[in-house]
Amino acid sequence: MSTTDTITIEGFTAWLAAFRDRVTEQRSYLTELDSAIGDADHGANMARGMAAVMEKVGASPATTADELFKTVGMTLVTSVGGASGPLYGTFFLRLGMTAGAVAECDAAALSSALRAGLDGVVARGKAEAGDKTMFDAMAPALEAMDAAITSGASLAEATAAARDAAAAGRDATETLVARKGRASYLGERSAGHLDPGATSTALLFDALAEVTAS
Amino acid sequence: MKKLINDPDHVLADALRGIEAAHADLRVDHENRIIYRATPKDHGTVALVSGGGSGHEPLHGGFVGFGMLDAACAGEVFTSPTPDQMQEATKTVDRGAGVLHIVKNYTGDVMNFEMAAELAAMEASVDVRTVVVNDDVAVQDSLYTAGRRGVGLTVLLEKIVGAAAEQGRGLDDIVALAEKVNGDGRSMGMALTSCTVPAAGKPTFDLPEDQMEIGIGIHGEPGRHRVPMGTASEIAQQLVEPILGDLDFGSSPTIVMLNGMGGTPLIELYLMYGEVAAILEKHGVTVARSLVGNYITSLDMAGCSVTVLRADDEIVSLWDAPVETSGLRWGR
Repeated sequence: MSTTDTITIEGFTAWLAAFRDRVTEQRSYLTELDSAIGDADHGANMARGMAAVMEKVGASPATTADELFKTVGMTLVTSVGGASGPLYGTFFLRLGMTAGAVAECDAAALSSALRAGLDGVVARGKAEAGDKTMFDAMAPALEAMDAAITSGASLAEATAAARDAAAAGRDATETLVARKGRASYLGERSAGHLDPGATSTALLFDALAEVTAS
Repeated sequence: MKKLINDPDHVLADALRGIEAAHADLRVDHENRIIYRATPKDHGTVALVSGGGSGHEPLHGGFVGFGMLDAACAGEVFTSPTPDQMQEATKTVDRGAGVLHIVKNYTGDVMNFEMAAELAAMEASVDVRTVVVNDDVAVQDSLYTAGRRGVGLTVLLEKIVGAAAEQGRGLDDIVALAEKVNGDGRSMGMALTSCTVPAAGKPTFDLPEDQMEIGIGIHGEPGRHRVPMGTASEIAQQLVEPILGDLDFGSSPTIVMLNGMGGTPLIELYLMYGEVAAILEKHGVTVARSLVGNYITSLDMAGCSVTVLRADDEIVSLWDAPVETSGLRWGR
């Protein structure tokens, strides 16, 4: 791994902006997915939350990862509401705590920070594999990323692997019966629809792969 | 879908302005989206905070006032409010005797109120306790769901526990009473139509003319079963039977609420109440008190829900106690 194979604060900020752009572009699509098995607000909530995040981040640029992601997490927690606010908020808060007061992360450090974020999501939402939640996109993404890093992949290759696994995980939620969140009230009727949370999580990893592509 | 709004993104802020303009006995914190009493209750009494997504009016803001809530946090339409709002509301209404958070069992509401309670504990200034209402018999309480939803019973609980708090009972007593009410009540709802979230602009789901949804919640989410449309009498049967099958009301008197989902005229709600009362009578269930109207709604959804609460003398007397809110008002 070369010494430049890292993601910097500028890179993290670009990642957040790219995620903001994706949830904004796909606001209607996310809401449509949520209409089928939830309450038709996921697109609006994520778009509102990430817009607030970029406004905060732009107003007071951070110099370290922990500072940046604390702002991101707290902004999501206080501006989104619903389940997405605490879940994505906790994800970024934990990610930042583990990344620490650093100005850049290599692939391994990024992966362990993302893993801490996932652990936070699990602690908050208590979801397990196959519950038809954002976990089903995020967990496979991190497994793929770790596997890639272990086999000597670059940051760009590792995040590309994560992106592909998140997308596959998202697609696999279609046939699942929801066991967490509002979709679980539908029982068997929740099968046949993509999970909106797994879909926005796939966008998060798509954005990460884009900004770290060499 | 036509709506009386200025801008889909400003519905909540604009509605809060209207609530403030209409009710001199309420105050609105526009920044934190909190509705609270203009005249706080006495020092040393337990305060009640509830909240949730908007679109269920009069719940919860309409139940702020003497004999019910001290503050309500309003989230975006069908979206839970945030921990900082709840924390602010808790600090605003605390009178030194502790604060009870009344939370409807939805994943988002529970997580946000959990984070708010963690924040309150960190500041160590307010003794916060929580009751999670989960009365919806349409949902199996199992590992395979997020648990039963909090629906109609929330209204009765806020009235009954609010009356007890007004009498000056301690926090432990208040928590025990809230848990008792939650354990003793059940609800079941149905929809004739979907509803339209202002930001979405079109109905959340399609429901053909000859079909209805049984087992809906209060967020325009589809129910557990879609079945052919029936008569009021048949529908009442489909709502009451699961409630009686889930909890043995024995010979206890009850409080019964026939609640409209927002888009059904009162004449139909009364017609439905007549059917529900007849079925309860047939099963030997006595009704001590009843409430018919739109109290916990799902925007413009047509349909109704039934809530039955076991009510001993204590519960009935707390129900009868004076209340002065925009949503419920008697005895004062």
